[in-house]
Amino acid sequence: MGEEKKVIVFALGSEEYGVEVEKVRTIERMQPMTRVPKAPEFIKGVINLRGLVIPIIDLRARFGLQEVATTDASRIIIVSAAEFEVGLIVDSANDVIDVDTDNINTPPEVVGGIKAKYLDGIARVGESRLLVLLNLEQVLNRSEIQQLERFED
Amino acid sequence: MELNQYLSMFIDESKEHLQSLNENLLNLESSPKDVSIVHNIFRSAHTLKGMSATMGFEDIASLTHEMENVLDLVRNVKIEMDPYIFDCIFKSLDALETMVEDIIQGGTGSADVAPIVTALGSIVTGEYKKAQPAAAAVAVKEPAKGIEVDEFQYSILQQSIDSGFLVFYIEVSVNENCVLKAARAYMVFDAMERMGEIVKSTPSVQDIEQEKFDRSFSLYFISKVDQATLEKEILNVSEIASAVIIAVDTESLAELSRPVTEVETARKEIAAAVAATAVTAEIVAPKVAEVAAPAAKPAAGGGAPVASRTIRVDIERLDTLMNLFSELLIDRVRLEQLASEVRRNDLTETVEHMSRVSSDLQNIVLKLRMVPVDSVFNRFPRMIRDLAKSLDKKVDLVITGAETELDRTVIDEIGDPLVHLLRNAVDHGIESISDRIAAGKPEHGTIQLRAFHSGNHVFIEIEEDGRGIYRDKVLKTALKNGLVTQEQAAKLTDLEVYNLLFASGFSTAEKISDISGRGVGLDVVKTKIQMLGGHVQVDSKPGFGSKFSVQLPLTLSIISAMLVRLGSEKYAIPLSSIVETSSIQKSQIRNIQGSKMIDYRKSVIPLVSVSSLFDVPDFNEDAEDETEIVVVRKGDKQVALMVDEFIGQQEIVLKTLGKYLTGTFAISGATILGDGQVALIIDPNALIK
Repeated sequence: MGEEKKVIVFALGSEEYGVEVEKVRTIERMQPMTRVPKAPEFIKGVINLRGLVIPIIDLRARFGLQEVATTDASRIIIVSAAEFEVGLIVDSANDVIDVDTDNINTPPEVVGGIKAKYLDGIARVGESRLLVLLNLEQVLNRSEIQQLERFED
Repeated sequence: MELNQYLSMFIDESKEHLQSLNENLLNLESSPKDVSIVHNIFRSAHTLKGMSATMGFEDIASLTHEMENVLDLVRNVKIEMDPYIFDCIFKSLDALETMVEDIIQGGTGSADVAPIVTALGSIVTGEYKKAQPAAAAVAVKEPAKGIEVDEFQYSILQQSIDSGFLVFYIEVSVNENCVLKAARAYMVFDAMERMGEIVKSTPSVQDIEQEKFDRSFSLYFISKVDQATLEKEILNVSEIASAVIIAVDTESLAELSRPVTEVETARKEIAAAVAATAVTAEIVAPKVAEVAAPAAKPAAGGGAPVASRTIRVDIERLDTLMNLFSELLIDRVRLEQLASEVRRNDLTETVEHMSRVSSDLQNIVLKLRMVPVDSVFNRFPRMIRDLAKSLDKKVDLVITGAETELDRTVIDEIGDPLVHLLRNAVDHGIESISDRIAAGKPEHGTIQLRAFHSGNHVFIEIEEDGRGIYRDKVLKTALKNGLVTQEQAAKLTDLEVYNLLFASGFSTAEKISDISGRGVGLDVVKTKIQMLGGHVQVDSKPGFGSKFSVQLPLTLSIISAMLVRLGSEKYAIPLSSIVETSSIQKSQIRNIQGSKMIDYRKSVIPLVSVSSLFDVPDFNEDAEDETEIVVVRKGDKQVALMVDEFIGQQEIVLKTLGKYLTGTFAISGATILGDGQVALIIDPNALIK
């Protein structure tokens, strides 16, 4: 048995993702946003999080996935990583699970259209559940903000 | 022991002590006879030593310990301060500052302070006085480190040598971590007295017994035992690190004792000189005291330190308080709205009361962040002293208004630009002593450093009585660097010419000395001050000096702004850059070479559509016959911004957009409105090229 790692589970489309619980500050419901002009397309705006102004990233847009309208299940996961504090819009977020580090494999080159460098690995949970672990530092890499990456599905 | 939690306190307090050491030392330099200042210095040094020892910063502790030894002698009037001692102690303070800085940077605060420690040690033993004249005359022989002997002791030594006894000069050092130094010293004395006679020891036997010595002591010893046995006997005592034994003969004895007489005469001379100055000082003193009295701070004057009525608060906690408070303000606005809808008397009254309380609270919260500029100014006297000394100039720094308060965020940033301006004033403003005399000015140049409130701003002025700025020279450089055309140059007022010094192209001038070096890096100063929302300008009278005047906002956290609407979006424009708001008809808009312009007060200024610039989805000015405009300025350039509607003027709490969104076009930050929504703050400077 390897170490246990607590991750917050969220969904983008049919895929399930995980992000380490230490990097998550809170999970918020969708709320009105203030658009930031001239910002990259995947930055949906800024919100007032109890007195702090926090930029919000649409994770689907960030990964070049097809964007969908937000629903009641949509959530904003406020994360802090690589000295940034940002919110990530996800389709839903409703689970915290323990992952055994022994069950984490390095990601293959392409998983569901997302570049491998955004991923830390793929964890197997239980018998058939697969969880994609996000590499937040890469997702928030500022040098990439200017050049939006699009993928052919 | 877990000491990390005390670290920030230690750093703050050490900085304070170092600052007060610097200040007091400067005071002492101007009135060297005032023992009460020495007491103050000693107290600070002692506290610093204790603190650093507790925290485990041994190098700081040992250096302050050496400093204390010197100060102790001064305090007890055993020695008098002289330029060498001043320089030594100033150097020690610099070393201590470097070490504390190292600790702040996460280091261990260790440094090689051996040369300074040696220098301080030589002051304690009095050796440095011998070293100075001796060095001038002949290269000092290695053993000539000797200790002073009086005539009687000298004759004993002389006679002993003559009658065949062996005379030794011995330096004994105990181990660094020796626990009972005095006991070890006693054992050494005991062993030696069995073999011969000790003529003189430094420090004195009493001092050694009371452990009033650092690690080593020196003595003259008469004996019949040979050097090797002597060494063996001394080193037999445990915890003795080394024993340097030098055999003394008639010749070297003369060498060792010669400086003593010199020192004697030198002392007499100094005493005479001091007496002479004391007389003049007495005549001048009442005058000086009169002038100095109102300016002197109660704490600085010596005597018992004033009991502290303040507490230290982490700036982050204040920020949190500020954030929480702005939320309260937002809720207040909501409550006010609700109360006006519900129309219940008791509710309205309660809400009104709450509004009053919260605006009082707002004032207090803002005041908590205010810090006197003194905390920045207090490092300048020392800086000016060193600078003047190294440039061989005489400069007086006169500080006024040090109690003027500014927001902590401004205080943190303003130090560097001021250092730059002050250096500039000493380096390039104040002339050399000979030039000043030639110009019929007093030898001492004067730099006035003033701070004062005016409206919603704080002004800081730096004025010197130096050579001033010459218009022609500045213009020549500006023309050469292409900052102005010949045509423009002729039209510029003097003030405009001087302000060219701040232009960014100016500092790259090849031969800075052409215009007495003015303009070196002044563009950086200007950028920094503008970043703080302030302005800087310079005025000068050629031959009589120049004045740099810095205008700063009281606080960075709250500004007055005009809220405007663009369709469904709201934006804030800082009031400080707004010239005027008005409205224009569509027919007034002119098209000049593809860009929109309007006539505005006898000049034609560009008209900028913010909505198209920001791609606002649900608003476009083109549909309107009449458009509201906001005229903003940057320097002397003006631009009219088209907006949908004015919402009104409001005090807003500044929020950053965070690190992730740095460099966003034309947006300098955000604020939270009464309804909890975020509104972005437009940076007009980015809209004006």
